[in-house]
Amino acid sequence: MRGTVRRLRDLGFWTLCLIALGLVILPSVSIVISLVQQAWPVLGLHLFAATTPENGLQNVILGTLVLCAGILIITAPVGIAGGIYLAEFAHLRQGSWIRLGYETLAGIPSIVVGFVGYVVLDIELHWGFSLLAGILALSAIVLPYVVKTTEVALLQVPSTLRDGATALGLSRLTTLRRAVLPPAIPGIVSGLVVAVAIGLGETAPLLYTIGFSDQNPTLQPFQHSMGYLTYVVFYWISLPSKTDHALGGAAGLILIFMLLGLIGIGRLVSRWSARYTASMF
Amino acid sequence: MTNSESGAGVNAGPASTVSRRGVPDQDLTRRDRLARTGFLIAAVVPGAMLLFLAAEIIRQAIPAFVYSGWGFFTGQIFSFGQLYATTLSHHNGITAPHGASYGSLPFIVGTLASSLIALAVAVPVSVGAVLALTERVPYRLQSSLSVFLEVLAGIPSVAYGLWGILFFGPFLAAHVYPVLARVLGFIPIFHSPVGFGEGLLTAALVLAVMIIPIIAATTRELIRTVPILAKEGALALGMTPYETVKVVTLPYVRRGILAASLLGWARALGETMAVLMISGNLLDRLPVNIYGSFSTLAASIVDLLDSALTDATGMAVHALAALGCVLLVITIATNLVGRLIIRRATGGVPLPIGRGL
Repeated sequence: MRGTVRRLRDLGFWTLCLIALGLVILPSVSIVISLVQQAWPVLGLHLFAATTPENGLQNVILGTLVLCAGILIITAPVGIAGGIYLAEFAHLRQGSWIRLGYETLAGIPSIVVGFVGYVVLDIELHWGFSLLAGILALSAIVLPYVVKTTEVALLQVPSTLRDGATALGLSRLTTLRRAVLPPAIPGIVSGLVVAVAIGLGETAPLLYTIGFSDQNPTLQPFQHSMGYLTYVVFYWISLPSKTDHALGGAAGLILIFMLLGLIGIGRLVSRWSARYTASMF
Repeated sequence: MTNSESGAGVNAGPASTVSRRGVPDQDLTRRDRLARTGFLIAAVVPGAMLLFLAAEIIRQAIPAFVYSGWGFFTGQIFSFGQLYATTLSHHNGITAPHGASYGSLPFIVGTLASSLIALAVAVPVSVGAVLALTERVPYRLQSSLSVFLEVLAGIPSVAYGLWGILFFGPFLAAHVYPVLARVLGFIPIFHSPVGFGEGLLTAALVLAVMIIPIIAATTRELIRTVPILAKEGALALGMTPYETVKVVTLPYVRRGILAASLLGWARALGETMAVLMISGNLLDRLPVNIYGSFSTLAASIVDLLDSALTDATGMAVHALAALGCVLLVITIATNLVGRLIIRRATGGVPLPIGRGL
């Protein structure tokens, strides 16, 4: 009798857990389905060939790519160097202060970054709507991820490699370049992939720093606004025409495909890295 | 680096102990030292950015705090005043447009209510899903199902917002809220009208979906650290899998889940675009019921910045900075408390940052 009650309770609990798992899986499927439905009328290759006034998305796709490149140019050197310092040079207390800095920066709302970027860069420094202001704001958001993944990737490199290089009399920098960095590269690359994935989905830090333009990107750093995909997803739904609504859905769909592509790249890199590290020892 | 001893004896992790304690200066060549300075400068950039952002938003916010006094936190009317009137109103030595009132109580309540509801939904769902994933799903399926967590974590918040407008909100308003109003209608806040799917509960549920990956990813890592012998021991004593989870697994990871929830909460507090798209943007009142329109601190900053710029006295921008300042303080506090808890609770598992990485 008691056994039956216990077994039923067990069954009930795991049923609830499986329902919870379903609740985690369903939304992502549902999001893709509703975006496809929304975007259906305008889906086609012309999306890539025409700018937004001609019912395409070419300018915003290019804009998002420019932003991704921009944050890579800024966060890759700074973030990787910061991660190297944390993993290879910082002593414990100093390291925990630096870590506190990037952990907290990663937690602050992106709109705060956008607001300060707008007030300081666009207004007080008279940059106007500016590509550089947008890239800087976005970099502040994704930089912590680059630092953290670099640090973690370096810490996973076995200390025997460092000790061996030191025993050979190599300098610290040479040790880093020849022995420690190579096995950490896949981890660092996947950190950059994550940074790009997060950067391309952001809107709040860009709205007021970079503005919006329906022309293709000019790459002028100051006084020129630029379009990007997330803005279309956000704003086009409140425009009057049905085509615009559909374009908003299409922009969302393109973002999700870019995201899936990046997740795929991340997985490939980590699989490749597992094999690569295994072959080293 | 004379204080390099501070780290001695503390868990050194997988890396060399030398690097954990810092590198003695005499072991470095001149080029090494130069490079180390360069790396150090890069390493303090995130912290410097944080301090700059905080200092700047506080500086911008001070006039609005002074103008409103405590009314900033207790007032319900958030209005920039008559921006084109010739008369100005003066308060505590600060000048603002006539009739300006920066009471942000509805935003603060909206922010807390939406994020707490989101948390109340997301925590049990995340923990249940992760338990099902780690204990019940065949091993081969685990990594492919984990992709969904990565996808959820990466979907742009505007895509969540669009989904809320197009499908989720209308679906809830048509099929779920009427039932909820009928069953729980005796509680005043659940009473109809249920609206059309733009409002507090819809936003909170979308937020729940958005923070599930943060909580679930951490919980999954935590559950991996539960000693297998304790689990096997419980099973060997004849406990059902559920009892094993209740007696062994959950107590082991409880504080870690609490910390992860705080992180998820911080994200829900600061989420801007999705909430802006589905909140209904009610500015000067508390929501009528749980389905009603509302707004949050973050969403109203975006919503109002355009019109704030037309305020010649500049006070409107200061008022929005004050909203951002309150938001920043709340999110940093939840983040810090979460990290403090987990540092004590679990030696091994590091807490993810930001979006759950």
